[in-house]
Amino acid sequence: MIPARFDYEVAESVDHAIELLGSREDAKLLAGGHSLLPLMKLRFARPATLVDIGRLADLSYVRDAGDRLAIGALTRHHDLHSNELVRTHCELLSFTAGLVGDPQVRHRGTIGGSVAHGDPASDLPTVLLALDAELQVAGPGGERTVPAAEFFRGFFETALEPTEVLTEIRVPKLAGAGWSYVKFHRRAQDWATVGVAAVQNGGTRVALTNMSSTPLRAAAVEEALAAGNDAAAAAEQAAEGTNPPSDTNGSADYRRHLARVLVRRALEEAAGGR
Amino acid sequence: MAVTEEKTETYIGAPVARKEDAKLVTGQARWVDNLTLPGMLWASIVRSPHAHARIGSIDTGAAKAIEGVVAVLTGGELAGDWAGPLPMVWPVTEDTKNPPHWPLATDKARFAGDGVAVVVAESRAVAKDAAELVEVDYEPLPSVTDVARALDDGAPLVHEELESNHCYTWPLEGPEEGATERAFADAAVTVKERYRQQRLIPSAIEPRGVLVQPSPAEGEFTMWSSTQIPHIARVTLSGTTGIPEAKLRVIAPDVGGGFGSKLNVYAEEALCLALARRLGRPVKWIEERSENHVATTHGRDQIQEIELAATAEGKITAVRVHITTGMGAYLQIITPGTPLLGAWVYAGAYDVDAYQIEFVGAFTNTTPTDAYRGAGRPEATYAIERAVDALARKLDMDPVELRRRNFIREFPKTIASGLTVDSGDFDASLDRALELLDYEEARREQAERRERGDATQLGIGFSTYLEMCGLAPSRILGAIRYAAGGWDAATIRCLPTGTVQLLIGTSPHGQGHATTFSQIVGDRLGIPFDDIEVLHGDTAVVPLGMDTYGSRSLAVGGVAVWNAAEKVIGKARRVVAHGLEVAEEDLEYEGGRFTVRGTDRSMTVKEAALAAWTAHDLPDGMEPGLEGSYVYDPPNFSWPAGCHIAVVEVDTETGAVDLRRYVAVDDLGTVINPTIVDGQIHGGITQGVAQALFEEAVYDDAGNLVTGSMVNYLVPSAAELPAFELDRTESPSPTNPLGVKGVGETGTIAAPAAVMNAVADALSPFGITDIEMPASPERVRRAIEEAGR
Repeated sequence: MIPARFDYEVAESVDHAIELLGSREDAKLLAGGHSLLPLMKLRFARPATLVDIGRLADLSYVRDAGDRLAIGALTRHHDLHSNELVRTHCELLSFTAGLVGDPQVRHRGTIGGSVAHGDPASDLPTVLLALDAELQVAGPGGERTVPAAEFFRGFFETALEPTEVLTEIRVPKLAGAGWSYVKFHRRAQDWATVGVAAVQNGGTRVALTNMSSTPLRAAAVEEALAAGNDAAAAAEQAAEGTNPPSDTNGSADYRRHLARVLVRRALEEAAGGR
Repeated sequence: MAVTEEKTETYIGAPVARKEDAKLVTGQARWVDNLTLPGMLWASIVRSPHAHARIGSIDTGAAKAIEGVVAVLTGGELAGDWAGPLPMVWPVTEDTKNPPHWPLATDKARFAGDGVAVVVAESRAVAKDAAELVEVDYEPLPSVTDVARALDDGAPLVHEELESNHCYTWPLEGPEEGATERAFADAAVTVKERYRQQRLIPSAIEPRGVLVQPSPAEGEFTMWSSTQIPHIARVTLSGTTGIPEAKLRVIAPDVGGGFGSKLNVYAEEALCLALARRLGRPVKWIEERSENHVATTHGRDQIQEIELAATAEGKITAVRVHITTGMGAYLQIITPGTPLLGAWVYAGAYDVDAYQIEFVGAFTNTTPTDAYRGAGRPEATYAIERAVDALARKLDMDPVELRRRNFIREFPKTIASGLTVDSGDFDASLDRALELLDYEEARREQAERRERGDATQLGIGFSTYLEMCGLAPSRILGAIRYAAGGWDAATIRCLPTGTVQLLIGTSPHGQGHATTFSQIVGDRLGIPFDDIEVLHGDTAVVPLGMDTYGSRSLAVGGVAVWNAAEKVIGKARRVVAHGLEVAEEDLEYEGGRFTVRGTDRSMTVKEAALAAWTAHDLPDGMEPGLEGSYVYDPPNFSWPAGCHIAVVEVDTETGAVDLRRYVAVDDLGTVINPTIVDGQIHGGITQGVAQALFEEAVYDDAGNLVTGSMVNYLVPSAAELPAFELDRTESPSPTNPLGVKGVGETGTIAAPAAVMNAVADALSPFGITDIEMPASPERVRRAIEEAGR
């Protein structure tokens, strides 16, 4: 519970953060700290330098951007959960933000931190996948936009380069679309043993939490639905293409079973309309 | 001269707000970690990453080279610092094996987390950094962590010199030899069940911590420790370190919970004393949370086999039990005796003719087990309450009806295991609980769900528990080979200004002793609650005490307080009689005031206190001062009982168990503070539910503790629990003047059986009768799948 020695720098701006990341060996960004600091306290993570972007107030916002919402990367889970724009136009995201961790975590942790951490057990990345969100990234060479589908590369591994900063997340307005996020966990504060996001908007998109080394789309379910199968039949495909972990919360086999049950429930809930 | 207020209320039985809370909720409590002394050094322990390994060379060079490191010492280098091994004070049989347990291992590491070296440095961070650099040449050995395999032929030996992992075999049979065998031979019906009590991690909110200040010129040491047992620690650590008892002062400052895990004397306490002695500087050690999981004692870890013999009508005639119980790698202070605290109550609240039980203790390559809230009695209650349900199933009888056919109804009752239950009314608590639940409605809803094949099934589970607590009559402790007595002590000192100092030998760590004991003294002496100062937990201030565990503080310590008050009243009566020039017999006493019978002439205890302090006019030969001390040795255990009912919903598709309702009607004798009692029951039930549904210490095949953090050791929160529905019945204990029985452990003792009986009840349509604890969603789902095959 005592981290290894590290240096600490405060970034005054996104550009400053990029510069600091580029000029220091093994530097990591610190946002809300609720993923990184526990790992550091256990000495599982030992960055040489922390670049604190937590004071960049201009990265905490929710804006109406036409058919989308633009969300600053430093928006905290609690703010996302209670924001009126998000609640009105993308209730799936608002609802799920209220399921992350416990109240302390939600008041410190940020959406950008959660997404950039790349933990396959986190809820928000799955929801962004199901929403086909876009992620805005700033780096030494300027800005680029990465679709959520291309962002999550591996276990705690994302499309972010070591010198890049995730600045904004853009999600579509859902209008009247059906949606669901089903989180199965032992305790309210826990990560999902398995989570399922479903968005029904013409077609249906389904994404899974903690069923592989990254959050992933349940492609076989989506195809089965597109081919005209009902929710129960499509949900039977939920474990296709997954590679779930085995741990004290559940074996891989049990997670595959859970995925089938929870996908069916999520599809039924999404179809039920909101 | 009296500057204090007059008392206007009655305290005993009232929900008086806790006097401890203001400092706790405003951050003014004094934990060991808040204490800093000039010149203080920090210790960090180097722990074995292997469950079992021979220790080769230890290279401390790199650690010593770090700036700020003062010393790095191995187990071998410290071997000469010990006058004896760490204490174990309960060898339950003459031949209990107790291999020496040194504060640091020297030859082998015997569990993952076993300390092998210690670093002392100017700061905590430097100590931790340096500890990482100590290079230990380990030769890993095969290990055994599962108690069910510890006694198998060929199991790896935790202590080779013992030639097996067997620690002891402890039998008990009553009322006479052969009775149980005869009862089973004659039985119309028998059941035999096997249960596993998984290993638990107590998880007090404050990890352990130690700070030692040496006074080299006097050879004295003051140790602050986050402990439940400052008095026992002083006696026993004197034996380990060779520091004379009179030169060792132990202080338990504010202590953030213990649940039995701080009812112990630990390596780190001995180490800080030895290091402070070597270095002549204060040494502090604060346990990390992840360290707490491996270095603080665990609880439970038993394999239970229980058999019941009964008549065709469901009258239980005999109980036969065999327990294999995991010691861990070493014996801590009462490791062997802890399971035996349940040995007399495996027949529960039921009147049985014959009783036979045997405990076999076994060493494994794991953290030592020891007391954990309930200590032996949750295990006993679980076995009998689950077995009674098994018998009800076999007889096709309602579990409530079967319980009623077997309740003990006459008190005092000497039970087949040989102890005497003081009082109770088991029907009353069962009746009240059924009423609160609306039993018929719950069964109706259950039947409906079963009929329509609902994916979510309902289960109702009972635990009509009987426990023994209030540890303990010293003679009985002696008879079962415990090294100390079970008494406790109190001193009441009336100060001239009208306030009162109360010195107690129990050492609270969250229970609210200062509040509860102030209520008793306030009522007896007529002193306002806020004018009573309660002192505890410092061997220099309160030299006599047996500390806090086993739901004993009120049932033993509180009675000592009551009796000390009686002594104060007795002396005050003589002072007042002298002052008012009347005979003692002419004085009536009530609520702090002596009145001359038939007159309005009176004098209060406060006034007597002032008169005794000035000593201007005392009876000839009377000692000045108004003070009374009492050391109370209870004549019997106390026997709380009650009925807990759990209602669970089981999602048969996912296996998730949701505790929907929890009704608890407890009989704790007289209640002093209902708010504190409710709090104890809430916490106790939560820890019992935790065992049933959430918590389990899991070791992997290599002997590493997998559940090494709060992420995967699942301590539940309020979010996982319903609002408990509590009520009480009251059968005062006839063995003490307060009528109290104790409440610290009842919830934890009752709850696991209630919840697991409910889970089994919910799953009965599948033919499932048992799920291993904790009933995780995967275990439940797997059972359903297997039942469907």
